[in-house]
Amino acid sequence: MKRALLSGNEAVALGAWCAGVRVAAAYPGTPSTEILEELARYPDVYCEWSPNEKVAMEVGIGSCLGGARTLVAMKHVGLNVAADPWMTLPYIGVNAGLVLAVADDPGMHSSQNEQDSRYYARMAKVPMLEPADSSECFEMIRAALELSERHDTPVMLRLETRISHSRTVVEYREERRTVDLPYEKDAVKRVMIPGHARLRHPVVIERLGDLQRESESSPFNRVEMRSTRIGIVASGVCYQYAREAFPEASLLKLGFVYPLPEKMLHEFASHFRRLYVVEEMEPWIEESLKAMGIDVVGKARIPRDGELDPDVVARSLSELMEMDTGVRGGGWSPPAPRGTPPDQSVLPSRPPVMCPGCPHRGLFYALRRNKAVVSSDIGCYTLSVLPPLSGIDCQVCMGAGVGMALGLEKAFASSEANAGKAGKVVGVLGDSTFIHGGITGLIDMVYNRTLSTIVILDNRTTAMTGFQDHPGTGRTLMGEETFALDLAELARAVGVESVRVVDPWDLAETEAAVAEEIAAPRTSVIISRRSCVLRERQEGFPYRVNEEKCDACKRCLRLGCPALVMRDEAAVIDEDLCVGCSLCAQVCGRDAIEGVGGYA
Amino acid sequence: MPDVVLAGVGGQGNVLSARLLAETALRMGYDVKTSEVHGMAQRGGSVVCMVRWGEKVCSPLVPEGRADFLLAFELLEGMRYLRYLSGEGTAIVNLYRLDPLPVLRGDAEYPPNAREVIRSYAARVLELEARAMAAEAGNPRAAGSVLLGVLSTCLDFPDDVWREAMVAVVPSKAVEVNLRAFSAGVAFGRRGD
Repeated sequence: MKRALLSGNEAVALGAWCAGVRVAAAYPGTPSTEILEELARYPDVYCEWSPNEKVAMEVGIGSCLGGARTLVAMKHVGLNVAADPWMTLPYIGVNAGLVLAVADDPGMHSSQNEQDSRYYARMAKVPMLEPADSSECFEMIRAALELSERHDTPVMLRLETRISHSRTVVEYREERRTVDLPYEKDAVKRVMIPGHARLRHPVVIERLGDLQRESESSPFNRVEMRSTRIGIVASGVCYQYAREAFPEASLLKLGFVYPLPEKMLHEFASHFRRLYVVEEMEPWIEESLKAMGIDVVGKARIPRDGELDPDVVARSLSELMEMDTGVRGGGWSPPAPRGTPPDQSVLPSRPPVMCPGCPHRGLFYALRRNKAVVSSDIGCYTLSVLPPLSGIDCQVCMGAGVGMALGLEKAFASSEANAGKAGKVVGVLGDSTFIHGGITGLIDMVYNRTLSTIVILDNRTTAMTGFQDHPGTGRTLMGEETFALDLAELARAVGVESVRVVDPWDLAETEAAVAEEIAAPRTSVIISRRSCVLRERQEGFPYRVNEEKCDACKRCLRLGCPALVMRDEAAVIDEDLCVGCSLCAQVCGRDAIEGVGGYA
Repeated sequence: MPDVVLAGVGGQGNVLSARLLAETALRMGYDVKTSEVHGMAQRGGSVVCMVRWGEKVCSPLVPEGRADFLLAFELLEGMRYLRYLSGEGTAIVNLYRLDPLPVLRGDAEYPPNAREVIRSYAARVLELEARAMAAEAGNPRAAGSVLLGVLSTCLDFPDDVWREAMVAVVPSKAVEVNLRAFSAGVAFGRRGD
């Protein structure tokens, strides 16, 4: 037995490898990214970055039908993209097991919304397991694959940020057993024309009954009886919070979360005058229990937004628990700090920012100078929304900047209230997200004759999630050289009349290109191309401010560069942070910013 | 059951320091849990990691007011996460200031009294120029190992276990400089006592 400290994502990868997964597909997304990165390090397993989550799911479906145990991974919002194949997969079933590992992000550390993926299990009528630590991540992936094969259904493994990105102890044997099942054609089962699908839906419904019986006896659902005065139902990391906040409470720990073990829940509930549900985000378990006729306290006390932790759980429930137990705070002993901590609200915030030398900066500076109306999607460049660049008007999801630009233009075109704006619309997106979800939007723009401009911020990598390759980089997840998609050729091929490539470190060129393309009455694409400075250290010397010449006009501060600060009536450049992009020197009206020669 | 909170700025290396501390506790035979921050929040943003160990650890998150140690990689971030420190807690503080964007922009003032606030709140404070000490050891980015070296003098993990964990966790080309930085922290911690 080995003993290691693994993140939940690493444990999922290890578990998948040990359980004989032979094919895995994903699109990177925090907090799920490391699952595939980690799995790709193991031998004899095909791993790919798919262009988006829908394709990843489709690759997974093909692979499990082809007889290989399969893992598909994504973040919660990725499942929206993959929802189309996901909803019909349960109808056709699997051959070898298929597990979807999907990671939610309560508190939105790195996400645009706080959606609760558990509804996707119920909506697709797919069983769902939820681990409470890395050890369970490791165990559950094998159990999920076996469950998948036993019931001919995909299985969801639901993760959260504090499971995926917490390290906990895993004891394991590094042994791999693969599964190799024969492929046999079965069109009635696998071709979902209406006549076939009508035969399959009752099978899916009947399967739920079988799964419910499995849930009743699953070792992942267990009762921990302690005091009979407090009963709590919880799953995942919330189980850990409840356990810590109220060590004396009895707990029903759910791991096989859908379908719920109804008998077990009724039996557990019968011991308590009042039952609590501790869960993050939506009242998913709570609603189910209420539908079973079990009265519970949940979201009436526990926040529906943001992350929980032992503190929040304790503070939300201690008043009621005090009534239940007669014990002060229900057993929760609030910590005794040494005074009052600093008021958070008066401390300057430290939002994530675009790095010094970030190639996106020059482009957003140019957009601002051109007073563009900017629709965006999701990547490091979204950080330009903050002052001073204030570079983005609207943003919802990957690829959406293109379609939104089209819609904005069409609305402005027939508007008096917004006269003049139709010609100012620019959609921006990244290289990876253009491939993910922007290409069809671009085809729409050409097809429906729009005049707007699309900017692809091509930094040659998927930067925000930690530098993953994509179809434009010429390298696969498994490190093989491959064809590199040429974004400019692709744009021309779909009919974009004007396609040009600029270097965003060259402000004059970038500003001119933006001005021209915004003005020109045609669909155009500007590819703003320079490698991410974190990914590839770039040549260039740090810059320095000549205090004699600086008149503290603060124009350089409009770039929002973290290496530039105003001190004592002159700008100062932190030479440790400066990578020498020279943008500040280019915007300075007094030639006060000079390169530091000879420094490497 | 010690709880440690490591607060800093994305890019300062506190995720790696948290892993190193956790790996050391694991090698001592404890149950260990950590929580880390990845993705968007790391881009020069405020980053907090937590490490807990003991016979049995439940939550990977440390409740506010419970941490035994706060490792402040930067002064403002030390201030921001001070609330996690318990009444008997020790703050190990890198005397280093990194201005966040609102300060760079001139929209906010960097708290001039960060040091005093931390001093008055924590039961015990160890202040050092960890970045400069790391630079002397070979790389200013190894400041986290200096802070861990100081922390090690407050814990009872043998030196060789720290070193084994360092070799296991830190990329091989950075092990030497981090070991030197760690030793500098140990020397400071021993002097402090």
